[in-house]
Amino acid sequence: MTTTDSRADRIARFPFPFPRDQYRYSTNVEPAGHSTDTVAGSWGDTRIAIDAHYHRERAERERILAEDPSRHQCLPHMVPAAWDAMLTLMRTLADEYPDTMTLARRGVGWYWKNDLLGIEHTFVFGDLDTLPAQPLVYICGQIQEDVVLLDQREGELWGDAGLVTFAADWSFGFDVGMSFLEIHGPVPRIHSENIITRAHNFLMRLEPGQSYRRTNWTLTVDGKLDTSTETYPEWGKDRRTLADGPLDEVGDRLFLRTEVQHLIRLAHSGAVMFLIRTYLLPFRDVASVPEWGERLYRVLEDLPVDMAEYKGISRTREPGMRWLLTHGNVEL
Amino acid sequence: MTTALETVAGEITGGLTLTVREARLLCPGIRHIVLADPAGRPLPSFTPGSHITVNWAEGRHNSYSLTGPSIEPDHYAISVRLDENGRGGSRWIHDLQPGQMIRASRPRSAFAPVLTARHHLLIAGGIGVTPILSHVRAALEWGRSFDVIYSFREQCGAHADELAALCGDRMITVSTPGELADRLIPALADQPLGTHVYTCGPAPMIAAVAAWARDCGWPPGRVHSEAFGAGPLADGAPFAAKLGRSGMIVPVPSGTSLLEALLDRGIKVPNLCRQGVCGECRLSVRGGEIEHRDLFLTAEEKAAGESMMPCVSRSAGDRLELDL
Repeated sequence: MTTTDSRADRIARFPFPFPRDQYRYSTNVEPAGHSTDTVAGSWGDTRIAIDAHYHRERAERERILAEDPSRHQCLPHMVPAAWDAMLTLMRTLADEYPDTMTLARRGVGWYWKNDLLGIEHTFVFGDLDTLPAQPLVYICGQIQEDVVLLDQREGELWGDAGLVTFAADWSFGFDVGMSFLEIHGPVPRIHSENIITRAHNFLMRLEPGQSYRRTNWTLTVDGKLDTSTETYPEWGKDRRTLADGPLDEVGDRLFLRTEVQHLIRLAHSGAVMFLIRTYLLPFRDVASVPEWGERLYRVLEDLPVDMAEYKGISRTREPGMRWLLTHGNVEL
Repeated sequence: MTTALETVAGEITGGLTLTVREARLLCPGIRHIVLADPAGRPLPSFTPGSHITVNWAEGRHNSYSLTGPSIEPDHYAISVRLDENGRGGSRWIHDLQPGQMIRASRPRSAFAPVLTARHHLLIAGGIGVTPILSHVRAALEWGRSFDVIYSFREQCGAHADELAALCGDRMITVSTPGELADRLIPALADQPLGTHVYTCGPAPMIAAVAAWARDCGWPPGRVHSEAFGAGPLADGAPFAAKLGRSGMIVPVPSGTSLLEALLDRGIKVPNLCRQGVCGECRLSVRGGEIEHRDLFLTAEEKAAGESMMPCVSRSAGDRLELDL
């Protein structure tokens, strides 16, 4: 794949997150597993998305996890859910990528083959001695998605396990063990409108095997996948250098970051699995699709201050808008 | 519990077609049925304590707990007590023969173990042993701490031998309510903090266990019993929707949502989740009484009766007038 093809492919597969000129929080869930068309292409035909960046992003995850093993957390009662998540992800990969992924039962064990990485392995479900790493670590080394597992008990959901290396301005290590409602406590505007309560009720009613999805978004400087709270000292200053730097650089340094989140009820453990897949597209590529450039400008222009503050884009949205005014298809 | 959920009309959505692989009497009045995918494919995994809903006649369904292995199993197993006073579902099950095909829902969980529990006290009464059996299998698999008390009348101990073999000295059996009280009340008074109790059996037994637990100072959140009925929404009665602007009348049959009926007529209504949570399909209502079944509108909005979510909500009467 040439660089031009790769760039065209990234644009064509980008899940552009804005259906209208104004963005507000909503319970924007829809059934998963179908393709959504955009003006530049389409996305979402599979629950797990393997693309041209598979090897690079996998290596990046491995590097982050080696430096900071706390990105993986599994409270003791979540061990069965972690195994359940691993097997469910393998089953999904085998169903969605039959040419390269295989899952089969072999007597008391399971046979797993991933041709993209040359992995062939047999394991016994629940027996850690038969796996080279803990189940979430093992399977997250083979996908580009971050994973969070929610336990359902006492009429609430609890974020009790997961592996998150590509967090956008939050820390899974800090949130682990909190309830869903606590985790979302700081999000502005959503409480008066009952958005989180509704999402919470919806998730608790998910039936085994059901899967839904939603998108979320923010802006990121220099295309960094890991902008978690833990590494703030490394990336926090990027926002300032972007804002203070030449406008010409903004198109290549500032990225629209879309998360496609899949919500899947695991059938054996009953846990709710969140898959968070991060897509990054530089403003220059966003603006290469005229409808997107204008739409992004309108959304940024309209976004209330408290929401911009929470998303961590109060410094970067102005330069982003100025750049789009010059290079995007924006008519004032 | 064997038969609790029975919906009145309509088909099971997204269900499974299964073939009867095996049928045998476990003990007088209790029949064990083994079901499999006709093509031999693995069946969906399930949570301990799950049930499937079996379609036994046009619009008639009964729910039965799954007793067998739970991870992509090659079969589902249910054990059904013949209820001579029932509507006929258990009789139908008792007449099933190997090779017959049946329609069933995918497994649903209404009685899952609490994973943070320090200890699980499992109480089975009669055929209520079925979900307890799957709890025990999972507890052994994951090394969870548990004890079982199984109450049954002589010669009616379905799965008693199998359960005893799994549990060893972690199970005791009793045969009368008095014996159950003698064994259970002291046990309830002497459990480690963080223990959860699970009861499945006749309603009076569930009530008695709950009362004894309360008397011993147990918080209600630590006492669980099998409660079916968390399944899909009922199909609802048929009604007609009048579109206020065009005067068009759209009939909405039982089992069809108002949203589906409108879309079928080519009327564009934006929609997303179709579960009554996202709010995308909200419609303004000009007249008629609404049966709200969504999680989106607030209590005040529902009381005002001026808008509804047509993906799940229906008319409380035979007609609604919409602002469309």
